[in-house]
Amino acid sequence: MKVGLFIPCYIDQFYPQVGIATYQLLKKLGCDVDYPENQTCCGQPMANSGFSALTGGCDKNFVANFDAYDYIVAPSGSCVLHIKEHLKDDKNPTKAQKIRNTIYELTEFLVDILKVEHLTSNFPHKVGFHTSCHGQRGLHLSSMTERVLPQFSKPEQLLQKVKGLQLCYPERKDECCGFGGTFCVFEEAVSVKMGKDRIEEHQKNEVDYITAGDVSCLMHLEGILKRQGSKVKAIHLAEILNHE
Amino acid sequence: MSSREKILATCTANKPALVDLPQLSDEHLTHYDDKIAQFKFVLESIGGKVVALENIEQVKEEIATHKQSGELVVDTVFSIDDALKTQTSFDLERVDRAYLQATLGVAENGSVWLYEAQMGNRLLPFICQHLFIVLAKATLVDNMYQAYQKLNITETGFGVFIAGPSKTADIEQSLVIGAHGARSLTVYLV
Amino acid sequence: MSNLKTLDHAAAAEIFIKDEARTDWHDDTLWFVRQKRDKAVNGIAEWEQLREWASQIKNHTLSNLDNYLTAFEKQAEANGIKIHWAADALEHNQLMHKILKAHNISRIVKSKSMLTEECHLNDYLKKQGIEVVDTDLGERIVQLRDEAPSHIVLPAIHLKKQDVSETFHEHLHTEEGNNDPQYLTEAARQHLRDHFIQSELAITGVNFAIAETGGFVVCTNEGNADMGAHTAKIHVACMGIEKIIPKAEHLGVFLRLLARSATGQPITTYSSHFQKPRPGQEMHIIIVDNGRTKQLGRADFRNSLKCIRCAACFNTCPVYRRSGGHSYHTAVAGPIGSILNPNLDMKANADLPFASTLCGSCSNVCPVKIDIHEQLWKWRQVIVEEGYVKPEKKIAMKGMAWIFSNPKIYRWAGKSGRWFLRTMPFLGNNKLNVWYKQREMPEAPKQSFHDWYQQNKNK
Ligand code: SF4
Repeated sequence: MKVGLFIPCYIDQFYPQVGIATYQLLKKLGCDVDYPENQTCCGQPMANSGFSALTGGCDKNFVANFDAYDYIVAPSGSCVLHIKEHLKDDKNPTKAQKIRNTIYELTEFLVDILKVEHLTSNFPHKVGFHTSCHGQRGLHLSSMTERVLPQFSKPEQLLQKVKGLQLCYPERKDECCGFGGTFCVFEEAVSVKMGKDRIEEHQKNEVDYITAGDVSCLMHLEGILKRQGSKVKAIHLAEILNHE
Repeated sequence: MSSREKILATCTANKPALVDLPQLSDEHLTHYDDKIAQFKFVLESIGGKVVALENIEQVKEEIATHKQSGELVVDTVFSIDDALKTQTSFDLERVDRAYLQATLGVAENGSVWLYEAQMGNRLLPFICQHLFIVLAKATLVDNMYQAYQKLNITETGFGVFIAGPSKTADIEQSLVIGAHGARSLTVYLV
Repeated sequence: MSNLKTLDHAAAAEIFIKDEARTDWHDDTLWFVRQKRDKAVNGIAEWEQLREWASQIKNHTLSNLDNYLTAFEKQAEANGIKIHWAADALEHNQLMHKILKAHNISRIVKSKSMLTEECHLNDYLKKQGIEVVDTDLGERIVQLRDEAPSHIVLPAIHLKKQDVSETFHEHLHTEEGNNDPQYLTEAARQHLRDHFIQSELAITGVNFAIAETGGFVVCTNEGNADMGAHTAKIHVACMGIEKIIPKAEHLGVFLRLLARSATGQPITTYSSHFQKPRPGQEMHIIIVDNGRTKQLGRADFRNSLKCIRCAACFNTCPVYRRSGGHSYHTAVAGPIGSILNPNLDMKANADLPFASTLCGSCSNVCPVKIDIHEQLWKWRQVIVEEGYVKPEKKIAMKGMAWIFSNPKIYRWAGKSGRWFLRTMPFLGNNKLNVWYKQREMPEAPKQSFHDWYQQNKNK
């Protein structure tokens, strides 16, 4: 089983440790992982801003990089969702379709494909879980408070296997943090207010860390936490699952 | 082209290909072991009162007592006064209590259905200060699906589901009973 | 009251949020409504089935709308109801004015009708010297304040009881400083009763119009629609063409969904089924298009016409709760407003599809399963394509697309001194770094993942 690792551009540039943790974790779990070195970006920043017409180059490059794998895995729900919903390649429609069908967000890959039963990780801290919207409502990584359906959570399933970790949720279990791509600058006031409100709920739980499946949410929350001088740290889920 | 024709023509031109209408059924809907308990629970949670009566004579006595004490009471349960039909808002505005018979009650949401014929006057159940509904226990249905199976809404010119007293929460989401309609609703189950 | 469009959503929201305590209060108040909704729907095991049915009924109806409209018209006329058709807001208002003039009427009460808000009927009639009294408590409050409703179900949700108290003190002479909602509501009850019992013409909205029967249903909690409609000698009901449903039995689906989604009630207090005018009464229905047939022709957006105006999408929207209805500068605000209004005026409402994080909560609560957040995304594409975005944005996006299409340039740009920090859209496209206003920047690491991988892949 050949796994292509997709490390979204902002992780590559700002949060390499998340890419490293994902890579090491998959290796540990016995995957044959490869990072296609000419990858760039999924095209989401443009598409979500209304410029999907400009994503042809990204799409082409993505297909060229990831065509050869059985599975594609990325530590970002929103980038995976974008590929799943919007990747197209007029010259290679079947290749694009195959990629759309075989791309997985990290936690769903671990739970649904690898069916991970046991983790060796150890993280003796109180951790607040932030539910990233695209992973949850788009990829259905966990049940949603709006729906009347059975409850489940793939990320939680994994976090519960981590030794010493005390998991808690904010009062509003799955409210958006306000990042929202370009929303975070074009609607700066609302974006920051949403982030502050999420953080406040986590702080009420006296958490040491806030974790999530999407670095974009964490980057936004971390920016606010640092500005506030908070002791609470942001950490990606992959880093926790890979922590020994 | 008239606006009517224009609207209809554009609908015809712009509508998508025909899709099927779903077949509704009662099969997948919730049914209650104890419809009376469910009805009572829901109606009380939305501000209504439910009183189980041994026999309907008790209502008759209650009406008589209140009439005697000088309140303006309108009763269409035991006898409908034809004059009621032509009464205006100025007359009905003074009604303290109205007693009406309902056709059926819905366990799922605590509502009761009234046909115009049971109101005597369409305005009555809304404009009276306090509303009293007589409902036969046997008419309770589980849900709205069953209600519409039983009702024929074209039977009279007007009909209504009423669930509890008139209310509003328009000021800071504080619930206030008695907005424009009746200040209280009591259902007598017989 | 139509002093609406002044600022775009982001600018208006920024002003709204300046009063952070009040923003928190607004957010909490609406979240409370969302929680009531959650509690109500979790009590219904068949909730998802009902949503599916509702969605399918509406999809079916839209696919046969012309026939249902004519069937409804025919049946309604047979019931003694007069039907009028209005292509747009102006024609709707003119038709109403004509009915009023023909009967020389001056005492008019109106219960909640978002359509008449959309058409700015009150403003129109005011210019003709005719005053309409709004009778829904929330609508009356904002009317007395000369404001627009900020929410389609809870029109005065942006106001605190102190504000209402002041308004009522000024207009209804209630005690100064008495903020008790019970007291204030009672004052409004007395004040509006006077209007009701004297009313000559009542305007109502329509929640559902039934093609099979030619009748229509109006839902209220206060009883104000009925107080007016059963008093006045003329009743005019205003409806958009999308209010049609095929059969009475379908009400058994929609009435279960509507109030639970809107306020968490099992059903509205009054669900009034109007079939025929009462003896001696005149009943009119104005059927309005105002852009709806156009929306029907937009395959990506037509299912926005399924909306039953429950406002669940407002209450759940984290952006709406923190920016208030007026920041959307349209009669119908919130997520659904953001997909309806670009159809009416794309230029004036080009900001609205961007007033969302695309979190998707709106689509999840929607009782008729409108894919609201996906339509927001699609509107963004249309708006860009039609050229309603700032040129700077376009240039930045083009630059970014070029870099991402070329792996070598991408890597070079990453290395070459924080290109990302300057260029990534979420980090600001201009020298004034908006990100940094209230957030720290991410720290640039020593090496990218790509570089780390090159060093470590064979270890
Ligand atoms: S879009 Fe859906 S949730 Fe929003 S008001 Fe309409 S029906 Fe309600």
